Amino acid sequence: MTQELQAPLAGSPPVAPSDRSAPAAQSPAPSGRGAERARRILLRVGGALVTLLIAVTIAFALGRMSGDPTSTILGPMASPEQREALRAELGLDQPLIVQYLEYLRGIVTGDLGTSLQFYQSNTQMIADRLPYTLQLVGAGMLLAVLVGVPLGVLAATREGTWWDRGASALALLGQSVPVFWLGMMLVLLFAVKLDLLPAGQSGSPQHLVLPALTMALYPMAHIARLTRATMSEVLREPFIDAARARGLATRQVVWRHGFGNAALPVLTIVVLQTGTLLSGAVAVEYVYSWPGLGQLALQAIQFRDFPLVQAIVVFGAITFVLLNQLVDVLHALIDPRLR
Amino acid sequence: MANTLEQGTAAGSGRRPGTPPGDGGTGPVLEITDLVIEHRRERSREMFRAVDGVSLAIGAGETVGVVGESGSGKTTLAMAATGLGATGSGGLRLLGRDLRALRSRELRALRPEVQVVFQDPHGSLDPRQSVRSGLRELRGLQPERTSWIDDEALLEQVRLAPELLDRYPHQLSGGQAQRVCIARALVMRPRLIVADEPTSGLDVSVQADVLELLRASQRTAGASMLFISHDLAVVRSICQQVHVMFRGKVVESGPVDQVFTDPQDPYTRRLIEAMPGARWRARR
Repeated sequence: MTQELQAPLAGSPPVAPSDRSAPAAQSPAPSGRGAERARRILLRVGGALVTLLIAVTIAFALGRMSGDPTSTILGPMASPEQREALRAELGLDQPLIVQYLEYLRGIVTGDLGTSLQFYQSNTQMIADRLPYTLQLVGAGMLLAVLVGVPLGVLAATREGTWWDRGASALALLGQSVPVFWLGMMLVLLFAVKLDLLPAGQSGSPQHLVLPALTMALYPMAHIARLTRATMSEVLREPFIDAARARGLATRQVVWRHGFGNAALPVLTIVVLQTGTLLSGAVAVEYVYSWPGLGQLALQAIQFRDFPLVQAIVVFGAITFVLLNQLVDVLHALIDPRLR
Repeated sequence: MANTLEQGTAAGSGRRPGTPPGDGGTGPVLEITDLVIEHRRERSREMFRAVDGVSLAIGAGETVGVVGESGSGKTTLAMAATGLGATGSGGLRLLGRDLRALRSRELRALRPEVQVVFQDPHGSLDPRQSVRSGLRELRGLQPERTSWIDDEALLEQVRLAPELLDRYPHQLSGGQAQRVCIARALVMRPRLIVADEPTSGLDVSVQADVLELLRASQRTAGASMLFISHDLAVVRSICQQVHVMFRGKVVESGPVDQVFTDPQDPYTRRLIEAMPGARWRARR
């Protein structure tokens, strides 16, 4: 029996000769691959630093273009001498390049200046407010992912059905409702009419519900639409049919092979949206008097507290660049082709 | 190696666990009678028959070819035979069981018996899955059924180096990827292998090797094969029976040599005349 088996196998060469020459990944020198990887990482980090420099420079320039802060602080009745004194105190009498270099030195050492209205370290104030914003954004994004992804997958696996239409309509609605309006409506319903949840401020888990819900709606809709689009594309791939043919359960086919391959763009959006929300949850924080970064930014702008505005912008830029790097790393983790 | 191979054959000779009930092991592996599958055209929305009254049967260990131009309905036929696509109307029995009467659960339990090798080997592998984890996934489906061979020996059987186990699809050539697909089919010890144009996506230089491998492994595993191709020379080299399809209908069928040397239908004759002569002689 063994002989009969080996006969057909022995008929052809042990390894097809033409297969040897095929892809570049066949036999790369290990050291070459390591060097290539190091080069790529260096390039990536360098690119991130350049992006960061451009962002903080723009923040600096905008701060100088927004008018003379001394007139805001001292009012219109102040004498020129008083103004000069304040300008000297704030370092505004220095040449622009000196101010700029001083500003960069501060960023590197973690000193983002002092607020004009609170007379406190900006870094400290951001650090104080950040936990609140993180709470809000974290809860909001979690909700958005937990609802948006299954909704998108549901729509994609039932393309063309009422499930799909319902999910898509919901997503469209979610993307078009203004956040501040939604916030006010939720307050009216749950806080004023039903008296179930607090209308604003922070302190307990109940306080988090409405703001997180409000914050979640837009990213949820975005995630649902994107998931549906990429999933319905992936589900048409031949390896999906192949997985079914091999006898895998639908759940495994849809989630492991389908969503596994659709997750990349979704994850990218999740991370980048998180970045946007971290520095820009202004409307939600305002509606719910949530003591986070968004409200701090609003106060800073209203008072023309340019060092604080600048500090928040710089913080946002750093967050965004870091999250972008995280996206790159996640891509490599998820997709072996990008390693 | 000899040991694992022997086990492979032993498995092919009918003494296999998990053989579905209702199958005496003697009847045809696949039996299609008067199958009609209709599709709706995208543009005009009118119905057309992709498969129009096709009948064919595949006995144990037999290789049956279906040949025809693209659009002749052969892939629709193959997808129906595996229960993957529309099943239409008419008789459709796999291992003695009516495919349409099966619940999705039962159909899934039957799937390991029928393994498909697709045209595009890269397309039919999940880009995020290494060769090893793909095999692990299949072994997880039916541990006892797949335990007859380990990964290394399996790769050896499809003539791939064991180092390739940790490769991802994009790191494989077309021929290697198709060998991986064949390995994944073999590990389940199927009763029927459906090969849908398994070599037409490959470089010509690799085609012959993959074909030879397919034939050898089918014989080793004792499985039957439904071989779909537009390439008559390939069909002739691998099949015993052939069905020629044209616009959804089988226009001619019979033993492969008879059909090729004495074609009765004008369409078959045209197909054979259109074959590249040099290749035709080389195959003979």
